[in-house]
Formats: sequence, C-alpha cells, structure tokens
Amino acid sequence: MRPGANQVIQSAKSLGRMAMVAVAGLTLGVACYAQGNAAPPQAPNPANAEVHLLHVQGKVWMLVGAGGNITVQVGDDGVLVVDAGLAGTTDKVYAAIRSLSDKPIRYIINTHLHADHVGGNEALAKLGSTIAGGNVVGDIGASAGNQATVIAAQEVLDRMSQPDGNRPPAPQGAWPTETYTTPERKMYFNGEGLLLTHVPHAHTDGDTIVFFRRSDVISTGDIFVTNGYPIVDLAHGGNIQGVIDGLNRIMEMAIPADEQEGGTQVIPGHGRQCDVADVVWYQEMVTVIRDRVQDMVNKGMTLEQVKAARPTLDYDPRYGKTTGFWTTDMFVEAVYKSLSSKKGDAGQ
Amino acid sequence: MGRFQRIKIAGSFIALIVLSLVAGKPARAQLDPSGEWSPRFDEDWEERIPGPEIGDYLGIPINEAARLRGDSWDATLVELPENQCRAHGSDYGWRGPSQLSIWKEMDRTSQKLIAFHTHLSAYGAEQTIWMDGRPHPPDYAPHTWQGFSTGKWDGDTLVITTTHLKENWVRRNGLPRSDLATASAHLLRHGNVLTVVAITYDPVYLSEPFMRTSDFVFNPQQVMAPWPCESVDEVDRPAGQVPAHLPGTNTFLNEFPANYGIPPEAARGGAETMYPEYRIKMKTMKTLPRPAKKVINQ
Repeated sequence: MRPGANQVIQSAKSLGRMAMVAVAGLTLGVACYAQGNAAPPQAPNPANAEVHLLHVQGKVWMLVGAGGNITVQVGDDGVLVVDAGLAGTTDKVYAAIRSLSDKPIRYIINTHLHADHVGGNEALAKLGSTIAGGNVVGDIGASAGNQATVIAAQEVLDRMSQPDGNRPPAPQGAWPTETYTTPERKMYFNGEGLLLTHVPHAHTDGDTIVFFRRSDVISTGDIFVTNGYPIVDLAHGGNIQGVIDGLNRIMEMAIPADEQEGGTQVIPGHGRQCDVADVVWYQEMVTVIRDRVQDMVNKGMTLEQVKAARPTLDYDPRYGKTTGFWTTDMFVEAVYKSLSSKKGDAGQ
Repeated sequence: MGRFQRIKIAGSFIALIVLSLVAGKPARAQLDPSGEWSPRFDEDWEERIPGPEIGDYLGIPINEAARLRGDSWDATLVELPENQCRAHGSDYGWRGPSQLSIWKEMDRTSQKLIAFHTHLSAYGAEQTIWMDGRPHPPDYAPHTWQGFSTGKWDGDTLVITTTHLKENWVRRNGLPRSDLATASAHLLRHGNVLTVVAITYDPVYLSEPFMRTSDFVFNPQQVMAPWPCESVDEVDRPAGQVPAHLPGTNTFLNEFPANYGIPPEAARGGAETMYPEYRIKMKTMKTLPRPAKKVINQ
C-alpha cells in the first residue's frame, strides 16, 4: 500500500517523543528483560507517550508509540493484539483499540519476553475476556473468562515465571496463560487463519512470528526492526544465526507484489511499517556482517581484533550506535559470541 | 460589410483567441510536463546503458561506508529471486533506459490539479506527485521505491520533493542510497525538451547532495511497452545466502582504473571527485599499468 493511501488515525504530533518512548522501551526491554523481574519497567514517563494507529491492510493495524510495535487485528470475533507494549501505556493503547472496535480483547500474543512487549500484558488482559465453557469452566471456574488469553512460546512463560539472576519472577498476572511447544501453532480468528511460528534462539529463545493469512500481514517481533542492528539477547537464548533464520523465514512466508514491493506487509518489532523488500535489505545486512565475523573467527581473531576491524563499518551510519543500551560494539560482540562459542550455541 | 465593421469583427476574433489562450494558461507561466517523453542518453551513456563498471565510484560524493558497500557488492546478488524485479528508486529512475509518460489528475468539479503521475518503462515504475498541498506521511508509514512525493511550482519549474524511499542505489555497481535519504527533482520544459535535475540527499551514504541531469524529448507517438517481471530461481543455492566479497578480497576493483588509465585513488570517488578542479589533481596521481588486453563492458 502506498503511504498516501494509509489511513493515519491519529496523526503524528511528535515523532521525536514517540521515538524516545520506543527507545526507552527497548532500553528497558533489554535492561530488565522479563516484565516484573525487576521493578515494573517504566518509560521515563509513559503517560507522555503518544500512540498512533496505522491501517496496514485487511483487518490489521499497527499501533506505535507504546514501546514495541503492537499489531491489532479487529473483526466480528473481537480484538486480537500481538504484544502489549510497555507497562503504563495500557490506557492509551486501550483507547486506541477502542477507536477501532468496541468488541472485547480476546487474545494477546507475545512475540517474546521483553518488557516493551509484555509490560502491558496484565493490565490489557484484564480489560479483555475469553470465551470459556465446558470443561475449562468446570475445572477453573467462571473466572476462566475474566481476562484475555495470553499466548506465547513456552520459553516466555518459563523465563517470566522464574527468577532472572537476582531479579524475582514477573507477577503472575503478566504471565502467558496459554503456551505452545511446537514449531508452529495455528489459530482461526476474525475470519482468517493465523500462523504462529516459533523461531528458536533468535532475538531470544522464545520468539514468535505471527502471520495473518487473509490480511496478508506478518508481525515479526524484534527479529526484525528498522531502527538499529538486531538485538541478540544472548543471556536469554538469543543467537545471531537464529535472527537470520527468522529473517529468512519471513522472506519465505511473504509474497511481494509488482516491483518486488507491496503484497505481504510486515510489522517490525520497532520502527516503520514494511514489506518484504525492506526485510530483504535487512537480511542482507545481517548476513553480510555474520559472514565477515565468521571469517574473522575462523582466522582465530580475538573479539577485540574483530571490533577493531570494524565489520559493520558500512552499515553503521544507518544502524549503528555508540551510546545507549545497544551499541554497535555490543552487537559485534553478540555476533562474535554467537559464532565462536564451543558448540556454536551461544545463548542457548 | 464595411471596412470598419470587418476590422471590428476581426479585432473581436483576435481578442477572443487571446482571451482563451490567457484563460487556459496555467498561473505563473507553468509549463505542463504532461505527455510522452523519450529519453536521450548522450549524457553518461556508459553508466546508464551498458552499466557502470565495478569499482567506478568517480564523481559521486560517497563516504567511507558507501565505499565499503560498493567494494563488498557482488553482481551475483542481482540474480537472487528477491532482487530480480526490484525497481529503481525514483531518484535514480530518470537515469534508466526508460520511456517516460506524465499525466495529470484533475479534480473534476474545480478543475484544480490534484497530482501528476509518471510511468517509466523500466519496471513499470509509477510515481505520484501530489500537487494538492497534502502533508508527507509520518515516519512510521511505509517506504516505497518511488517514495512519497509532493510538487510545487517555482516559476515554470516543477519542483518535486520525495521522502519515504526504500533503500536503493545511486549507481548500479553496489553504491547504496539509504532509506533515510530524501530527493528532489526539478522538471524544466523547453518546448519539446524536458530536462530533469534530480538531487539525492542521503545523510547515511553521501557527504554532499548528489545531482544528476537527464533529458527527454517529446514524442507523442510513443508506445509504452509493458514490463512484466517474474522472479525465478536462476541458480540453485542455499536459502538465505547473500553473495558478497569479504573486505579486502574484491579483485575486480582495479580493473576499472587500469583499463581507463585513471588513478585508483580517483576511482574511489568522494565529494572531491565531483568538481572540475579535481582533474588537475588527478594529473599528479599514479595510474596502474594498463592490461595488455583491455576489458570492455559489452
């Protein structure tokens, strides 16, 4: 879809502020990892966050400004969201969703465990409801339907429900209520099939890509972002090869229209709405850097030597950072460790 | 009919013609670029038609990062299915071997100009240039090959401003142009000749704005050919493989300066190489020995 054809429901008043909140969210996501493992992560002032909705295509919208991007699907069955944003932004997220639909929020799908994606789980889930009956209600009681169902890969629940170093587990109300352990999980909601694909050991070990088949939209989580190098969270099972596998998987699923653009739309974990052509550029960048670092590892170069060789030099003006929570040096180090670990399984 | 009456009728007729011409003339002497245009390649033929040589970065204000992208680029990249139908960016498209068609979109009621549309034969690329004053989309909106363009008149020159571009190239030998770039194009019509001055501003890969001109000739008989493009697997290779030269391993880079007797240092490009005085400096630089058999781009 051309930019001019997109319906911007709430126009941008301050992209700088939006970016600040997004960066802050990502910062906290990496620094605090699982929501609740430390004090509930907060943006400097989430109350100042400005959220914006952008119609992507079909039944899918992109909500930006609440931390990580939130994907919103609306239809007769209710509302489904992919990720819940930062804690403290839920009121604005919910208000934006209400501008699209007055149906209940039925599902929250978490792409991974970072606070800028799951921070709003508890508050947003409580504003929704699950259609529950039969054995479920019989076993659990009427409260089974009192909140939206929160779906994630099993690894997300494992990590959120356990202490993380010296940080306590996330509050139980923020945990996924339904997990999957298979490579894929299929759902049908609002008249379209949803394919949830688990990408092991990528951004983290619990990454999920969500494909809305009829709307033809892919929600990627932080395997794909447009505002920096991919964050490889080694401490939580991430690995550069998994990120590349995930990007390749997105490219396999997506079908572009004329001129290799349009067609399947892609919502990144952070940044602007994309299509597969944008993913291709990003995949090329990550793969080229992986190949360079691999060559250096094969030659026996140390991490410091690799950093000094600047294997990311040609992409740094676009994606690199020298300050902040995820610098170019940290990215290079994560790539190096991913590739140089004994079994090639750093982060696993 | 008397002589005076004939003069009066003739005068009224002429006044009517003049009035109709004035009424139909756009405000501020704007020259409508609509129509069918055939490209002329006299300028920069070798770059535009046969294609640039590997390692020829002359005359482009690239920075160190762009240079490494170019050095790492492997032409095999173009044969990957995901790249075969990738269109030129709108800032580059004017340069291609493309016929150009421009037409107007008018508001039926007010007859106010809403937009110009362009169609280039290469890749069937179409650009919309909004003339109705609408704002550019927010940063989180999608980027496209053609970007989001608005236009305004500067005298009789149509000035186009483009944002929301996807990453593309400034030269088809791997020199990149980032998705953070913006572009302007200035359309100047001189009778049956249309000159397009295209300027790319890229904070990522260019140290200065990069300006190019392209010429077209009015050709109302022109028939635009379709550009069907379907990706195929040309080479059986592992999924996800990205052909590229590792830093320092591209052995093709010296072919261009050697074949043309150009100092290798000059071939590396950069803002300095854009300016005429650089030719004086080049005379002081060393060149490589020419190969026994000149390699000519076919």
